[in-house]
Amino acid sequence: MAKQTAKVVSGEVVEVVSLAELCRSCGVRAEWVVELVEEGILEPEGAAPARWRFSSVSITRVRTAWRLQHDLGVNKAGIAVALNLIDEREALNQLVRRLKHASID
Amino acid sequence: MDFKDYYETLGLERGATQDEVKRAYRKLARKFHPDVNKEPGAEEKFKEAGEAYEVLKDPEKRAAYDQLGANWQAGQDFRAPPDWNDGFEFSGGGYTEANEEDFSDFFETLFGRARAQGARQQSSRQFHAHGQDHYARITIDLKDAYEGATRTISLQAPEVDASGHVTLKTRSIRVNIPKGVTEGKHIRLAGQGTPGIGQGKPGDLYLEINFRDDGHYTAEGRDVYFDLPITPWEAAMGGKVKAPTPNGVVELKIPQNAHAGQKLRLKGRGIPGKSAGDLYAVLQIAVPPAKTDEDRKLYEQMARQMKFDPRAKLGV
Repeated sequence: MAKQTAKVVSGEVVEVVSLAELCRSCGVRAEWVVELVEEGILEPEGAAPARWRFSSVSITRVRTAWRLQHDLGVNKAGIAVALNLIDEREALNQLVRRLKHASID
Repeated sequence: MDFKDYYETLGLERGATQDEVKRAYRKLARKFHPDVNKEPGAEEKFKEAGEAYEVLKDPEKRAAYDQLGANWQAGQDFRAPPDWNDGFEFSGGGYTEANEEDFSDFFETLFGRARAQGARQQSSRQFHAHGQDHYARITIDLKDAYEGATRTISLQAPEVDASGHVTLKTRSIRVNIPKGVTEGKHIRLAGQGTPGIGQGKPGDLYLEINFRDDGHYTAEGRDVYFDLPITPWEAAMGGKVKAPTPNGVVELKIPQNAHAGQKLRLKGRGIPGKSAGDLYAVLQIAVPPAKTDEDRKLYEQMARQMKFDPRAKLGV
């Protein structure tokens, strides 16, 4: 059955990840991530793939991108559009939440 | 166990063509995909549609399912008749790339579970292999980001048992949330993913940070915003007011003739870090209701004396 772990695990806050770490954390092939970079969906720092450093938000983006392709059959250009719209919607939702708090009764 | 009407799930008649099945599924998948639709219940609908499609898109499974008969109602208590799938041959288990652990008990009764070696990508079959990394989203309080905290989280992950069946296993971990995390950041717990094979290292567990909406503070990166109600006279004359912040009450100086929506910055009082964020009080002007005759007289006096027309610019 489920085992209970009582000891406290300490983690590190991930600021940037390498190409290899990104692929491993998302369970995707490096070639596919390279294609996402070529499409402008991910914008790593660094000149060559071996030196690329991705912000940790990329982990979420790659996972979402993979699900959009796998579940809905969206292609790379479509993924780029969808991710932009999802980001935009998130920003708007945050603004709406802030403005909602502002209404005083 | 409840009977599942896969046709009803996809909004189809029993005689629907394979093309109609595909179109209906695609439409629902786009509508309820959890990345696209954040409404509660969307993910559930997406999974149900996926399960229905898994059966109806496959002529073998569909024929077997249809054979159960049209008399079943969704939600009716269901037990599979013995030998119900006699004479049906499911090629390769009939599994595609779907996440079979998402499927219902009803599905499992009829079609079983994929073997571990089935659909999942098991390309690295060498003797030593890195364990898979895991990923989960966790929700913490903003206060945890200010002070750091220890939180117990429950994680569910599919596991393959000795007989090759996939089951969901729950485990709890106590995690140190480091001070200064922001929304969307990931915490890596080394070695907390799937164990490695052979001498391979275990995978890591990534936790994506999410803040609970407390109805008061909102965070954007390291900056934090909150609404501060003030009175019309405080706004007009300025002065000091007390304001709550995530790390204690502070005294804030309101400038003269402050207006609603004006942001007052409390430098460095956002989420801590190498370069700490700022805290912004967004001013809201609360208008006191006229409850007594005296109140009303006061308002009348203001109306006479102040000649204030907030609609002057609207040209009326």
